[in-house]
Amino acid sequence: MSLFTIFDIAGSAMSAQNIRLNTTASNLANSETVSGSEQQAYRSRQPVFATMLDQANKAVAGVRVTGITTDNSPVQKEYAPQNPMADEQGYIYKSNVNPVEEMANMISASRSYQSNVEVMNTSKELMLQTLRMGQ
Amino acid sequence: MNIDKVLAPHATALSLHAQRARLLATNLANADTPNYKAKDMDFKAALGAALKGGGGLRTTDSRHINPDGGVVASTRSYERISQQPSVDGNAVDTQVEQAQFTRNAIDYQASLRFLNGTIKGLLSAIKGE
Repeated sequence: MSLFTIFDIAGSAMSAQNIRLNTTASNLANSETVSGSEQQAYRSRQPVFATMLDQANKAVAGVRVTGITTDNSPVQKEYAPQNPMADEQGYIYKSNVNPVEEMANMISASRSYQSNVEVMNTSKELMLQTLRMGQ
Repeated sequence: MNIDKVLAPHATALSLHAQRARLLATNLANADTPNYKAKDMDFKAALGAALKGGGGLRTTDSRHINPDGGVVASTRSYERISQQPSVDGNAVDTQVEQAQFTRNAIDYQASLRFLNGTIKGLLSAIKGE
């Protein structure tokens, strides 16, 4: 029954959105992380979504996460010689996470997740009704 | 009376609605995928082709594989024009897709109800109650 594949499609989207929520959580948790060098500073992580094509039927497809990219924008440098993480010149390096961007990302991921749950619920309802056909 | 013929229109519609639900679910699943364009199908044309049996693949030998009663081959999807394409090339209007999905689900239920009615009618005719 073709409604079955909807579970795979919506499920793949839910897991992709879940990864996005996870990276957002990681970014927000590390937004105040400081480190002793520019290389070690925490950089914002973002998942890359791509369509996962079904070989049998090209029109229907789920989503997969092809990878996690790190944001290469410059990190914030701050003069704090009293900080134990500070380098020889007395500088600490903060993360380049933009909390406002991350919050917007979080809301967007949560909304997308919800709409996929809705799709799954509706499909389940339709399938159950189909199973009861003729009774 | 051919029971197949009595049930055929709604059964075909049901299977096409399921197929459309899959397309719309794909659109909603890819609502955040870069460069993805929303897809839909021409339901009227697909149903017409499926009922006529002319649009899809027809088997001429009993050993040929029948692709879902010819329904799959007769439906072609097209890309829907988005009102607000995003910067990343994504063109899915989530609200439009959600509305279409709900509508399609109701249509599916309507087809199901018609089928149920037909089956109940046939059953009472068979039992002679």
